[in-house]
Order: sequence, then C-alpha cells, then structure tokens
Amino acid sequence: MEFGPHLMLAALEGAVTAAILALTAMGLSIVFGVMRVVNVAHGEFYMLGAVLAWWVATVLGTHPAIGFVAALIIAPALVGGIAMVADRLVLKRVAYDADRTIVATIGMLYIIQQTTLMTFGPDARPVEPPFNTRLALPWFEWGENGFAMFWPWGLSTTSYKLFVIAAAAVVLVALWLVITRTKAGLLMRATQQDSETAQAFGVPVGRVYSLVFGLGAGLAALGAVLVVPIQQAHYLMGHDPLLLSFIVVIIGGLGSLPGTVIAALLIGMSDGIISVFFSPTLAKIIATLLVALVLVFRPQGLMGRAQT
Amino acid sequence: MSNGKTQINRRTALKGLGAGTLAASGVLPGSLGFAQAQSSAPIKIGFQKHATGIGAAYGRWYDATTTAAVARINDMGGINGRPVEIVTEDDGTDPKRGAEVLEKFATQHNCDVAFGTLFSHVVIGSAPRAGELKLPYFVVSEGHHVASGMLNRYTLQPGITDVKSQVKSMAPFVGDNLGKKVTMIYPDFAFGHDHRDFFSEAIEAQGGEVVAKIAIPPTETSFTRYFPNIPRETEVVYHVMVGPGVLTFVKELGEFFGPSRPEIFGFIDSLEAVSINSPGLEFLEGTYFWEGNPRHAQANQTEFDKAYREAVGVDEMGASTADAKDVSTYAHMFGCWETLNIIKAGMESAHYQGPGDRAKLIEAVEAMTDMPESMDHPQGPKRFNGKTHQTFGVQYISKVENGKLVVQHTASIEDGMYEDEVDYTTQSF
Repeated sequence: MEFGPHLMLAALEGAVTAAILALTAMGLSIVFGVMRVVNVAHGEFYMLGAVLAWWVATVLGTHPAIGFVAALIIAPALVGGIAMVADRLVLKRVAYDADRTIVATIGMLYIIQQTTLMTFGPDARPVEPPFNTRLALPWFEWGENGFAMFWPWGLSTTSYKLFVIAAAAVVLVALWLVITRTKAGLLMRATQQDSETAQAFGVPVGRVYSLVFGLGAGLAALGAVLVVPIQQAHYLMGHDPLLLSFIVVIIGGLGSLPGTVIAALLIGMSDGIISVFFSPTLAKIIATLLVALVLVFRPQGLMGRAQT
Repeated sequence: MSNGKTQINRRTALKGLGAGTLAASGVLPGSLGFAQAQSSAPIKIGFQKHATGIGAAYGRWYDATTTAAVARINDMGGINGRPVEIVTEDDGTDPKRGAEVLEKFATQHNCDVAFGTLFSHVVIGSAPRAGELKLPYFVVSEGHHVASGMLNRYTLQPGITDVKSQVKSMAPFVGDNLGKKVTMIYPDFAFGHDHRDFFSEAIEAQGGEVVAKIAIPPTETSFTRYFPNIPRETEVVYHVMVGPGVLTFVKELGEFFGPSRPEIFGFIDSLEAVSINSPGLEFLEGTYFWEGNPRHAQANQTEFDKAYREAVGVDEMGASTADAKDVSTYAHMFGCWETLNIIKAGMESAHYQGPGDRAKLIEAVEAMTDMPESMDHPQGPKRFNGKTHQTFGVQYISKVENGKLVVQHTASIEDGMYEDEVDYTTQSF
C-alpha cells in the first residue's frame, strides 16, 4: 500500500482504539481522582460490559439494532450497579485505604473473571453490529494529469467504526457537562478536592463514592459494548484495556480528565500508527517506555497538578 | 432419621455389606463385560484438555469426541477386557500448566497414558516432562514438532497429520489453480511458523513464491492494521489463524478487500467452531479451505462419517445436534477418536497390563503402518511412520458454494509424504 493511504488507514484504526480507550481510561481516572482508589478490577468491568451486551442481545433475540441499543443501556447500568454493590460490600469495609483497596480490587478481578468463566464459558461470542457497511475511501494525488482522485486497494473503514468514534466523543462531552455543570458534578468535585471538608458541609461522601465507583465501571462497560460488535466478548478480554488505561491515566495525570483524553488520543493513535507501520509489540513497548519517561521527568503526568 | 443424623441399623448395614461384596466380586451387571480380565481396574487415560484459555473451543469439542470414542470402546468391551476411564485436567492452553498436568497424570492419578493436546506450544512445553516421567504422550496437534525430531520417544502423533504434510499436499493445488504469488498470514507461534516454513518451501517447488509473510500474535483481537502489508501484486492470500479472535480476523479480512479480493486459500482453523454463514463472512463465497475432515456432510459421505457424526452428536452441517449454533471443530477433533482407537489397538497387541508395560505399548504403536478407513478411522485411511511417530493421511480442499463447504480435491497420502527427519526407535526408553 502507498504511504498516504496507509497512514490514513492507520489513523482510522488508531482513532477507534483511542475512542474506546478514552472511555475506559476516563472511568479509571474518575475513580482515582475522586476516591483515590486504584481499581485493578477495571478491566474486568470492561469485560463484564461486553459479556452482558452479548447476553442482552441474545436474550432479546430480535433485530440486531434493537438488541444493540438495549445492550448499550442495560449493560453499563448493570455493571455500574454491580460496582456500586462491590463498593459498599468491599471498599467501604477497608475504609478506602490505598494499599488495601489495591489488594481488594485484585480479588474482585479474579472473582469477576472466574465467575464469567464458570457461567459464560471460555468461548468468544460475537454481537452483531446494528449496521455495518464497508466504506471505501478515496485518495487524492497530483499525477501526470494534475489533481486526481483514486480508490486505493484496501483503504476502507466501516460505518460502525465511524459510529464508535462519534459515540465516544458524545459520551465524553456529556460527561464533561455533568461534571462541570450539574449539582452531582459539583458534589463529585467537592469530594475530590477535600472529602473531609465536603462531609462537614453536608456532602454525602459515602454515596458519592458509590456513585463514582459505579460511574467508572459503567464507562468501562460502555466502551466494551461499543467495541464488542467489532471484536468479540471473551472472558480474558479485560487484560489489555486495563494495561492501556493505566498507561493513559499515568501519562495524562491521575485524576485529570482533560489529561486522560489527550493521553488516550496519543496512545490510541500511536498504537494504531506504529502497529500498522512497524509491529503491535513495538507499539506496546513504546507506550510503556513513555510511561517510564513520564514517571521520571513529570511524575504528576501531562496535565496533573504536582502533589504538595 | 428425624434428628438429622444418619442412623445405621442392622438391616441397612447388611444390605450395604452385601452390595459391596457383589460389586467387589464383579457380579453386578454393569461390570460383567470386563470380568474376564486379569485386572478389572480401569485403564486410565489422562486427557490434557484446553478447557480454558485461547484453545477453549477446541477443548470442548475434543472432550465431546473423546467421550464418544471412549463410550464406544467401553461398549465393545474396553481394552484387554478392562474399562477405559478418562481423567480430564485443564491445561489452560498454557505450556507451563501443561507440563504440570502431565505430572499430575503420572503421579497423582496413576494414568497409564496421557493424550489429547492440540496447541503446539503446549505440546512442546509438555513433551519433555512426558519423557522424564516415562509417560506415553499421544498428541493430537498437527504441529511438525513430533516428526521433526524435536521431542522424544514417549511422544507420538498417530491420529492426525502434521502441518508439513498438509501444506505439501496443498501447494500443488494452490499453485495450479489459484496463483503463484502468495501472501501468508499466520499466527506467530510454533504452529504458524510450521505453516510459514513448509508452505514457502512447497510453493517454491511449484514455481511460485511467497511475496509477504504476516505473523499475528494468537491473542490479538484487532486485525485490520496488519492487512496493509499485503502487497498489491498478491494473487493468493493464504490464511491460517487460531484463538478467540478468529471470527473477527476473517470478517476484517473481508472488510479490507471489499469487492476486489484476490483468491483466498485458508486453513479451516481460521473458522473452526465458527459458522461459515456468520454475518460479515459472505465474501468467503468462492474461496477455498483446507479441511482435515469435511465439516459439511458431502454427497458421497461414507457410512463411517455418518456413524461418527451421530456418535459425537454433530449434524450434517458440522454443528451440535443439540444446538445448531454450536459449530464444532470438525476438521481436527476426529484425531481424538482415531488416537483413542490406536491406543486401544496398541495396548491389545502389547498385552498391556499396567504402567510397567508402557515401553511395550510404544513399541507396539511404532510397529503400526497402514490403517484402513473404518469405524476406527472415519476420516480416511492413514499410514503411520513408527520412526518419526507421525501419521500420514488424506487431505481435503473445499470451496465455499452457496454457504456450504464442498470438497473439490482430495490429496492422497502419498501427496503429503516427506523424508524422515528422525528415527525415534533408536532412542532408549
């Protein structure tokens, strides 16, 4: 493939990765920002979203579009609910202590993964996309006859992949509006800045924590529901998103929402482009190296505020 | 018994004793068939199952086939008059766990032999331990590692052909009918490397060439980004993929090419346990597949294939008779059925009594040669090479026509033969 179309294809693939990654990493970032909890089970909430999407679509058994829309609503809500229960039953009991929450969420990781294995099984299962048309893309070039348009071999995307990018953007804007413009967002920000003072001013910190933990898991699940018609639901699918989310959150600055989006774009696009031109393994190596560099030279992340 | 404790009175105690005595002396109806043997203890076959991990779809169907084969063997009176018992352990499709599972078979479960592994990295990780434990290890893997001499005298592959033989018999068909410039897409581990090395060699012998080699990690979930490396001059795309992402792989391949695809020749591994009529796979119409055993019942189906399908519970479309959406790994799982029948034949000709006779069992299997197509070998005739521990058999090439895999060409046993690379019989036990 010629360089130009090749780069365009890589960028499109990278944009899909970045869109899903932004949603997933945002969930991790909010949970850390507000609760100071490092949620190691985050990837499993993502996986649970995909598995529940398959379940909803299968149980309904109707037109793929109806099944998908239902999954888009039900799966993140269910996962959010499960996360809230987990917060009440586990994280609250260990008093949100930094070390103990890590161990507790590692436990959750295994419980969720193995329960899925025992019920859903070890097979990968597909969810049909609501629509999926192949869109061949043109390329422009100055040739012998001046400016010409042609259709390079293999340069294409699908309508569904474009939808994923758009949907992720809409969700992120909505999330930003909720956090900056609503009362719920105000309570969240108050809890993030100083939970003790917030409590003194009558903010129900416990409930905010539960809601935030549920919201974080729900965002991961939403990302998974969007991705599952492209990939497939599988009980081990939570591993890569967890790793990439951590990379994104560390580079972007823990708890910083704009930083998370910027880092997700950076990692997603570079993953797409480096994978296409070189190898996916090299893309992961570079992302991990970037984390190391950020930790050494700018420990608070790109947009994070330095801790005092 | 109202107080919740179990009370034993004289009558129940006598009943229990009586039943125990009857069972011990082998007079109960269930054990009648096995009563003449010197020992009526079951022959234990350790089944190393990919129950979880990336090989899970294969594991489930290898299990179904194994269960059916053992039920048939036991119905026919077992092995040497003894019933056969399968001891199943999950290896997680993981080489390290694979070696541990063999250890459990040998020391904890006292299995007579181990059997059933598919994924080549698990075989390669487990086989050295089988050699150390002196446990006969019958793999159903397709990898060339057995015949290449990489493993040891205790590891045998008598029930399924290896990749080298498969691609050697496919290359003439690809070169003559589809094209000479081939791009290969394969999983990046031992099994895929066998494809890469031996197909490149075989197509060059046909006057063709491999213009690009694209390796994809078997755990990959997104594939479009690999496809731009397919050169424009490609006449044939040769694909073989494994793992949970196979459906995505084939779908994205179709999306990449759109209406202007080159010829496509795939190993059915890329679609094992996946319906060929899944949404997004319409572009496969008119493409070709290697099949170890034709998934869709053919017009000239043998009586053996028919009976075998029925025994395993697979319909004529290769799906479970209980659930038409549950597609089997039909091209590979016959290997379990045939291997178990070979273990039975080997144990009978060696008059196998117990673990002390393991070396005799291996010698008996090594002495085997031609195995005619029969109920024991429903996929077709086989020729076993005792020196290389590898079997040879017929291969099928099918074309997708109206959503059905229709066999176009059957490669003979001779088409897949190659020179010996090892003589395991010279190794000591």
